Amino acid sequence: MSLLTVKNLALGYDSHTIVDNINFAVDAGDYLCVVGENGSGKTTLMKTLLGLTGPMGGEIIAGEGFNKKEIGYLPQQTLIQRDFPAAVREIVLSGCLSGMGKRCFYNASDKAIAEKNMEKMGITHLADRSYRDLSGGQQQRVLLARALCAAGRMLLMDEPVSGLDPKVTLEMYELINNLNKEGMTVVMISHDISAAVKYANKILHIGGNVFFGSVDEFLASEAGKFLSGESVDKR
Amino acid sequence: MMDKLAFYFEHKFVWYALATAVLIALCSSFLGVTLVLKRFSFIGDGLSHVAFGVMSVATVLKLSNQTMLVLPATILSAILLLRTGQNAKIKGDAAIAMISVGALAFGYMVMNVFATSANVSGDVCSTLFGSISILTLSDFDLILTIVLSSIVVIVFVLFYNRIFAVTFDEAFSKATGLKTELFNLVIAVTTAIIIVLAMNLVGSLLISALVIFPALSSMRLFRSFKSVTVCSVILGVVCSFLGVMISIMAGTPVGSTIVAVQVVVFFAFWLTGAIAKKG
Repeated sequence: MSLLTVKNLALGYDSHTIVDNINFAVDAGDYLCVVGENGSGKTTLMKTLLGLTGPMGGEIIAGEGFNKKEIGYLPQQTLIQRDFPAAVREIVLSGCLSGMGKRCFYNASDKAIAEKNMEKMGITHLADRSYRDLSGGQQQRVLLARALCAAGRMLLMDEPVSGLDPKVTLEMYELINNLNKEGMTVVMISHDISAAVKYANKILHIGGNVFFGSVDEFLASEAGKFLSGESVDKR
Repeated sequence: MMDKLAFYFEHKFVWYALATAVLIALCSSFLGVTLVLKRFSFIGDGLSHVAFGVMSVATVLKLSNQTMLVLPATILSAILLLRTGQNAKIKGDAAIAMISVGALAFGYMVMNVFATSANVSGDVCSTLFGSISILTLSDFDLILTIVLSSIVVIVFVLFYNRIFAVTFDEAFSKATGLKTELFNLVIAVTTAIIIVLAMNLVGSLLISALVIFPALSSMRLFRSFKSVTVCSVILGVVCSFLGVMISIMAGTPVGSTIVAVQVVVFFAFWLTGAIAKKG
């Protein structure tokens, strides 16, 4: 039994189907990259996994006692956040809310979790700085630390490196890779096929033809040959 | 000067006016931080025009207790407006603009066609800009203000952390199991309550100022959510207090005096912020 098993899932909105017949499974310790063209339904898939939008058809089954609330989500940044007056510590702490039940205020263990995750992300020295004064890479680390506070076993990331420069992008990938090696299950939406092939152990391609399998299987497949060939040539 | 103040404060209604002004400012500045950051600055404007429309209907119907009609109607529109913000064919700002001017026109028309007093333009003017001089409030008004503003403050303190999370990142909060619709509803209902309370004080055109200015001023200087919220509440209370005092001394209309004080404070904060950044 996998943490998440997706069967015959159809995605869309306003009774308009974008993509259907998606089948895949996420096992504990996996690093799954979701690739596909713009508009192929990657973000909709992620929202459906999180329960933000309902599926048009098919089902998502959680196994091994996995609860969807244990997913730590790293969304794309919104415009509102760019100039939001909030201290880094306030934002990271807000990741603990999901585990608070009916409690209204943070307790000592919530604060310890936040401190631990800030340390993990190397942002402890920024704890009292304002989010809007940070660089793009630092902001992304703050949001990742918040996601870790909410994550029990799985991280879901929506294009975590978009808008970052190459050096910071590499650091971010290494950071995520380390988390995965420590046992965190990672599901990531990505445009970056070469990074997906390098770090992930499974690839889900949606759009045109749906593909799900290991990285090697992906490279051998038609979609894989086309996409990885194309992206390697470009570099 | 002191004699004049002492003379005024011998009267109960002056105390009442001061108490309501401070309480309303307290609530609206609390809420303002969230509304400004969620890009809902104009919702106050829209709702206050709805309240104006309903109030003119209430005036024409000669209801003895207008609040009992205005409050539920405004709460209802607040819920509708925030609902449309999420998934509607007409987007948030357009919906607010539509309802806002529609209600304003409708209200003015009703007041003119079914004029109940000889001085229609005087009535309209005081509904739009608040009372000309210091307002006279009944015991009921004062008690209502105290009860409703206590509820607002308690709700905000208890749910402070969750309101922060929903304001900063609605998608993340929803994904981690927070009932974001519920919190948006709470925010909508409290906004409506505050607007109805504030109508007597500053009138329906100037309410937005009470909501947005304290938050905007504090954001010039402070950089964490907590410090912005605390500063905004203090600013709201202090400005309203000063505004009421000045309006008593100088005989100016209370609503616009409070707003004028807010504007001055905003520029002072903006200037300090700009200098601090350079220095």
